[in-house]
Amino acid sequence: MALTDIWFLLIAVLWTGYLVLEGFDFGVGMLLPIVGRDAVDRKVTLRTIGPVWDGNEVWLLVAGGATFAAFPFWYATLFSGFYLALLIILVALILRGIALEYRGKLDDASWHRRWDLVIVGGSAVPALLWGIALANIVRGVPMGADHEYAGSFFTLLNPYALLGGVTTLLLFALHGAIFLALKTHGEVHDRALRLVPPVGIATVVAAAGFLGWTQAFDGSWITWTLALAAALCLIGGLAASWSGREGWAFLGTAATIALASATLFTTLYPNVLPSTTDPAFSLTTLNAASTPYTLKIMTWVAVIFTPVVLLYQGYTYWVFRQRLGRADVQQPVQKVTA
Amino acid sequence: MDAIDLARWQFGIVTVYHFLFVPITIGLSALVAGLHTAWYRTQKQKYRRMTQFWGKLFLINFAIGVVTGIVQEFQFGMNWSDYSKFVGDIFGAPLAIEGLLAFFLESTFLGLWIFGWDRLPKKVHLASIWLVAIGTQLSAYFILAANSWMQWPLGYTYNQATGRAELHDFGAVLTNKVALATFPHTIAASFLTAGAFMLGIAMWHILRHPGEHGSLFRPAVKLGAITTLVAAVALVITGDIQAKIMTDTQPMKMAAAEALYDTSAPASFSLLTIGSLDGSKEVWSLKVPHGLSFLATSTLNGKVEGINDLQAAYEQRFGPGSYKPNVPLTYWTFRFMILSGVLAAAIALLALWQLRRRRKATKWLIRAALVVPLLPLLGNSLGWIFTELGRQPWIVFGLMQTRDGVSPSVGAGSVLTSLIVLTLLYGVLAVVEVFLLLRFAREVPAETEPSDPEAAEPAFLY
Repeated sequence: MALTDIWFLLIAVLWTGYLVLEGFDFGVGMLLPIVGRDAVDRKVTLRTIGPVWDGNEVWLLVAGGATFAAFPFWYATLFSGFYLALLIILVALILRGIALEYRGKLDDASWHRRWDLVIVGGSAVPALLWGIALANIVRGVPMGADHEYAGSFFTLLNPYALLGGVTTLLLFALHGAIFLALKTHGEVHDRALRLVPPVGIATVVAAAGFLGWTQAFDGSWITWTLALAAALCLIGGLAASWSGREGWAFLGTAATIALASATLFTTLYPNVLPSTTDPAFSLTTLNAASTPYTLKIMTWVAVIFTPVVLLYQGYTYWVFRQRLGRADVQQPVQKVTA
Repeated sequence: MDAIDLARWQFGIVTVYHFLFVPITIGLSALVAGLHTAWYRTQKQKYRRMTQFWGKLFLINFAIGVVTGIVQEFQFGMNWSDYSKFVGDIFGAPLAIEGLLAFFLESTFLGLWIFGWDRLPKKVHLASIWLVAIGTQLSAYFILAANSWMQWPLGYTYNQATGRAELHDFGAVLTNKVALATFPHTIAASFLTAGAFMLGIAMWHILRHPGEHGSLFRPAVKLGAITTLVAAVALVITGDIQAKIMTDTQPMKMAAAEALYDTSAPASFSLLTIGSLDGSKEVWSLKVPHGLSFLATSTLNGKVEGINDLQAAYEQRFGPGSYKPNVPLTYWTFRFMILSGVLAAAIALLALWQLRRRRKATKWLIRAALVVPLLPLLGNSLGWIFTELGRQPWIVFGLMQTRDGVSPSVGAGSVLTSLIVLTLLYGVLAVVEVFLLLRFAREVPAETEPSDPEAAEPAFLY
């Protein structure tokens, strides 16, 4: 396996990790007002992702940095080409992060209400736009021999990409609902569980359409197998949720996202950004890559440190493994002397 | 304005803004870890209260540092795609490693520290905040290694066929002498910032309520002031080393820092100058004889090259064009950077002197308490503006000019949109941040019984 292939794989893994992990915290953010009807329930809802969302988001930063290091031409073309879309994502992520951190700092209902709106928007917008972006990467964009993006912001809003966006939006909402059902008990748990069937059915429809359409671009037996496996995991996850096995249900949606992401990246390979102008102008793992020397160093760093990161991130999930309920977030009356 | 100017403004605004919060994070995480260690070892409640008090202020600041850092990573691709293509083989690696080694460490263990207050074994909980502090320093090192490569590129070869700089010695990039000098200077500046932050707030409490809060905040005044003073000494030493390396690697930046137009031996250092700084007019200036020679070369009569001679030399080497940075800006940012650090250290010294034992503070000290946290913030910003403007017109010194690094397919309209959006957003965030900081800086941490189970969780959970 060539180093460029290894790095294509690693970047696919980083994006997949990002989508699986931040997928559920986007979902929790989007569902906040639906599952959290009062102040305490909202606190329970947010507490489920409190210790982990920031670590989840770092997967994006590492994916971005790794793309820069391993495929600088991909990084350069993609982020300058998708300029305004990326700006919207960044603004949403900034506002969301601030909302999550600052919401609980004051004990004031209208302060909470405002930040809650920001959390919902800041979760839904990236959930939608990442799907649109990924779909456009797989489908390809207008691009000449200079590898410069030749479309506009509205080129990105084509029907296939919009369906991709709706799919990730629904899938993350479902993933978040199932995560909440797994991590809570009481009212939040029950409401999250009730959301699973309707959101689940909508997700099945959208995902089937989107993955099927994806195969129309560059389908092979491998991508068909992956897409089929994604579909099976989705249905399996919904069935597990139905029969009350919440751990399996969460594994099901996590596997769905991972396999759907694998389908997209496998469909993309060996391109990293196809050109719809002329396939000869496409960016590939070969013409977008860094030198073998850089890739070799990066491989060593990744091989040594990724297991360490996985270990301590896993430890976090282990530490905060118990289900949360209303009793866990009732704060003692603050004794303030000033 | 065209896309290049807008992109430069955007880079300046978002980077300087981000760097208002980063030094506090770097310095304060270590100070909070120190207080937490004191609490762990002595089991004294006052240290626990201090850990929570400063921990909360640290978290409010950390949050903005993190979210504004996201833009940092993507703006190279968005606004500077030709730069990214040219240097990606070298510049991307430290960025990716920063994420893998530092960001994961910081974010994961900060989550554990905040939410693990009553769940983690005490030792693990303490280790968490130390790992956060180590993470912030690692992050600083890798990003400074990347930046230093732009100041003094090495360990690469230019590949004619691909038209880009390609890495052949990563060790050289990581041990770049510019990086090795800049890292301790930046860390010292971070401790100066955090020390002054702690000093100012703690002094304010003592001055307002000397009896009640005196015993609680007195150690914080001491810790803040001593941190500030030690950091100031470290800044002088590392700054001096950095100046000598700068003379060697970027003589034009050094010449611009003094507005020295003609090569001189010895060269004097002007404390301030009234005039145009364009080298044409006679100006009045307060000078330290031999000052620049000593700063630049460690000898009293060392030769320092002037802007005009360097310009001529660069024209010969790189072809016609202007290789001068904006001299007045470089001149003044350099001076005010130093002045703000000196003032912060002076206030720290004054505070230590006035508050020894239970003496009453003067009105002057109360005023100084309000100013001292701001001085290092100003100094940090000016330091970076000096470093980055002093390198112009180069984006990578001697290799690529800034105007050649901009994204060719991004129009001025897009850059202007993002410039306006981000500036407005950052402005709003600043208001919210300052509001929260002021509120919690005023609040005195609750006194709790060690046996009180309800008090196990700190108020900064959400």
